[in-house]
Parts: sequence; structure tokens; C-alpha cells
Amino acid sequence: MYLLEMNHVKKAFDGQGVLRDISLSVKEGEIVSIIGPSGSGKSTLLRCATMLEEMDGGELNYLGEKAAWNGPDGKAIYAKGEKRKEIQKNYGLVFQNFHLFPHMTVLKNITDAPIHVQKRDKEEVYSEAMELLKKMGLEDKAEAYPCQLSGGQCQRVAIARALALNPRILFFDEPTSALDPELTGEVLKVIKSLADMHITMVIVTHEMAFAKDISDRIIFMADGVIVEEGTPEEVFSSSNERTQSFLGRYGEG
Amino acid sequence: MALTKILLQLAGGMWVSIQIFIVTLVFSLPLGLLVSFGRMSKNPVIRAIVKFYISVMRGTPLMLQLMVVYFGPYYLLGIKVGNGYRLWAAFIGFVINYAAYFAEIYRSGIQSMPVGQYEAAKLLGYTKPQTFFRIIFPQVVKRILPSVTNEVITLVKDTSLAFSISVLEMFAVAKALASSQTSLIPFVAAGLFYYVFNLIVAVGMEYIEKRMNYYQ
Ligand SMILES: Nc1ncnc2c1ncn2[C@@H]1O[C@H](COP(=O)(O)OP(=O)(O)OP(=O)(O)O)[C@@H](O)[C@H]1O
Ligand SMILES: [Mg+2]
Repeated sequence: MYLLEMNHVKKAFDGQGVLRDISLSVKEGEIVSIIGPSGSGKSTLLRCATMLEEMDGGELNYLGEKAAWNGPDGKAIYAKGEKRKEIQKNYGLVFQNFHLFPHMTVLKNITDAPIHVQKRDKEEVYSEAMELLKKMGLEDKAEAYPCQLSGGQCQRVAIARALALNPRILFFDEPTSALDPELTGEVLKVIKSLADMHITMVIVTHEMAFAKDISDRIIFMADGVIVEEGTPEEVFSSSNERTQSFLGRYGEG
Repeated sequence: MALTKILLQLAGGMWVSIQIFIVTLVFSLPLGLLVSFGRMSKNPVIRAIVKFYISVMRGTPLMLQLMVVYFGPYYLLGIKVGNGYRLWAAFIGFVINYAAYFAEIYRSGIQSMPVGQYEAAKLLGYTKPQTFFRIIFPQVVKRILPSVTNEVITLVKDTSLAFSISVLEMFAVAKALASSQTSLIPFVAAGLFYYVFNLIVAVGMEYIEKRMNYYQ
């Protein structure tokens, strides 16, 4: 069974097709990178997968549970209420701009949802959060506020915040694009360490070398469709003209 | 009349002014939040009604509103109200007027919040009320504090409008004393009172703003 399954996803903004029949499945433990030019619909795809955006048509399943399906008129119908909540527990999303809560300390950013949403034991949540911060190399920043951190540190906190809810799959939307080049490395290193822990991840990125290194599979998107997908070797040595010209522009990363 | 007696009477008026001030804030701040929800409601009927209410409250003199609240029950409904109703009328008039102003302040604050905060909260599983009270509102408070301070300072001076429905607050007492004693001292004392009151309010608000500076 696939952890994530998206079938024939369609999404248009103001009549402009942004996702045009995209199908994508991710197995437990798999690491998938999505690459492609700006405006190709990568963010929209992640936003549809995480139900921040409702697709116009198509199916969305997590572990075989239906989050959205096609109604009789071909329009997507979404699961509601408890069912939807249950499904939402499966995934987390790391944003390009972190979206940390500025009025909460780092520790509170990480622990607030486990305590107040999942209603878990405080002590346990705090000690797990400290563990996570240690993994992120931020144990001395627990009491700091986001505004006192660098972009790279903020992004690591955002990753810890998402992980604290124990999602089965983590989506990243260009996690390093808002960072200065010298801060990119520390975030990529953290994501790499998650890969070593076999956390399922779908990563939209412009870091080609990183994608090549970390991914089990790479998906190349352009103009709202998947142009090509395969192992890093396959995609990076592709003879497809569009893939080549895109990768050429990025060099080999 | 001895100076102490004048001051004693003024102190009585002062207390009434302070009561109006406190009651107005305690009730109009939460009511304003409720009104702002109505103003932003998905239901167009509620939205239109609330919008009209706000525009009337902001578009007509507070003094007139106080009179309507005070005389309304008798002129419109024939209900005889006793003398004790004066202060209540002042409370009601001030609260519904200030709630309208605060509602617009809340609304501007809430609408200025970046959508990313809502999206992050949604991804983390917060319910809508949790998102509002744990994530959005604390940030809104910080954002709107300067505008709230302005309103609070205006309120100190506005309390004197209760004079128009013969509530014996500071200003009414001072005016009565000034004419009976043919002395300017009551006016000077009243001016001093409003000034010091505002000074205290300003210091208090500054303190709260400082406390909000724990994050940028
Ligand atoms: N909420 C929206 N309303 C209208 N148009 C939108 C909206 N969101 C995205 N679009 C449009 O959809 C297209 C795809 O956008 P998307 O953000 O998914 O691209 P992307 O591949 O993530 O690009 P980038 O690499 O620049 O992040 C763009 O043309 C964008 O302008
Ligand atoms: Mg994007």
C-alpha cells in the first residue's frame, strides 16, 4: 500500500491550469524530490497534497484512506470532520518561509501542538522536544524567540516542530530558498539526517546536488505536468530535451 | 465653602469618571472583539448589520448617542426610568460606542496577520478556535496596542460627555461648583485631574507595550 497516493490531480487558478492531470505515489520510507522551473506547479502540488489548497478534480489517499475523491460531476469531494483530522495526522509540511509562531519561544513552538492538539503528556513532550533540538544542534536555543535566530536556525526549528507530531510523511517546499547560501548547508544536513532515520519525505528543491544525493526518486515537473521521473541517475542522464535544458541551467548543482 | 469641601465634591465626581472609564474598557474590549467577528462574518446579513452599527456609532456624536440611550426608553417605549438610570445609560452608551471603535481596530489587526500563520496552524492540527486564541490573537494584541492606547486616552477625556445626561462626573461637578463659588479653582482642579489621569494611563500603556516587546 502506498503512503501517499495522488491520482489525476487537476487544479486551475482563474481558468489557468496549474496542475494538469498529475499522478504521484510515495511508498513508506521513500524519499522523493520534485524539481522543475519556477511556476511549474510544485508548490501547488504540495499544497494540494496537504489540503491547504483544494484540487478541482482527482484523488488523494493516505495509507489507503480517502482524503479526496471524484464526485459524480468529476469534481473532487473532500473527507470532512474527524475523518479529515485523522488523515491530516499523517503528514507535516515545512514551508519555505518557516512560518514559526513569533510570540512563542523555540521550545513552545515545538511543544504547543503536541500538548494542546494531541493532548499528550507535558513532561514527555518536553523531553522529546529537547531531544529533537539536540538533533538539530539547537539545544541552547530552547528559550530563544524566533526573531533571535538566523534563517537556518529558524528552518531547523520548523523541521523540529513538524517532527514533534510524529508524522509519517514530511513535505518540504524549498526549505533552503529563503536562506543565505552559507546557511543552506546546515539545513540540508538536518534533512539528510532524517533520511538516515528513514522518514518518508517529499522535497521540492532547487538544490540539484542535494536532490541527486538524497533521493530515491526524482520527479521533474514543467507546466503542470510530470515530464519525467526516475532514479537520480536516470533523470540526471536523461535524453529528454526539456529535462536536459532545465538541468543544464542548474549545471549539475 | 472651604477648599476641602470643594475638593471633596470634586473627588466624588472624579470617582464617577473613573467608574465610567473602567466599565467602558472592561466591557467594550471583549464586546469589540465579538463585533469584529460579526464584521468579518461569512454571513452577508450579519456583516451588513454590524457594518451599519459601526458606521452609526462612528458617524454620530457620542453625546447624541448618550441622549438616545438615556431618553430612548421613555420617549420610544414609555418606560419610566428613575434617576439611577443616568449612570447606567452612560455605561451602556460608552460601551456600545467604544466597542464599535475597538471592533475596527481588532479587524485591522486580524486582517494584517500573514496567511502563513493560519496555514502553519492548520498543518499542525489546531482547531479554528485554538488557532485564533493561541496563535493569532496574542500577535494581534501586540499589533493593535498603539491604536488601543489612542482610544483609551480619548476615553479619559470623553468621560466628560456623560455631563450631557446630567451624570455628576468630574466635569459636571466642576462646572456646578465653579458657578456657585464664582471661582476658577474647580476648573483648574478638573483640568489637573484629566491631565494626571491621562498621564497615568499613558504610563500604564507604555508599560504594557514594553512587556509586549519580548518578541519583535
Ligand atoms: N493562490 C493562487 N492564485 C492564483 N494563481 C496562483 C496561486 N498559487 C499559484 N498560482 C499560480 O500557479 C502557478 C504555479 O505556481 P507554484 O507556486 O505552484 O509554482 P512553483 O513550481 O512552486 O514555482 P516556484 O519554483 O517559483 O516556487 C504560477 O503561475 C502561479 O502564479
Ligand atoms: Mg514554489
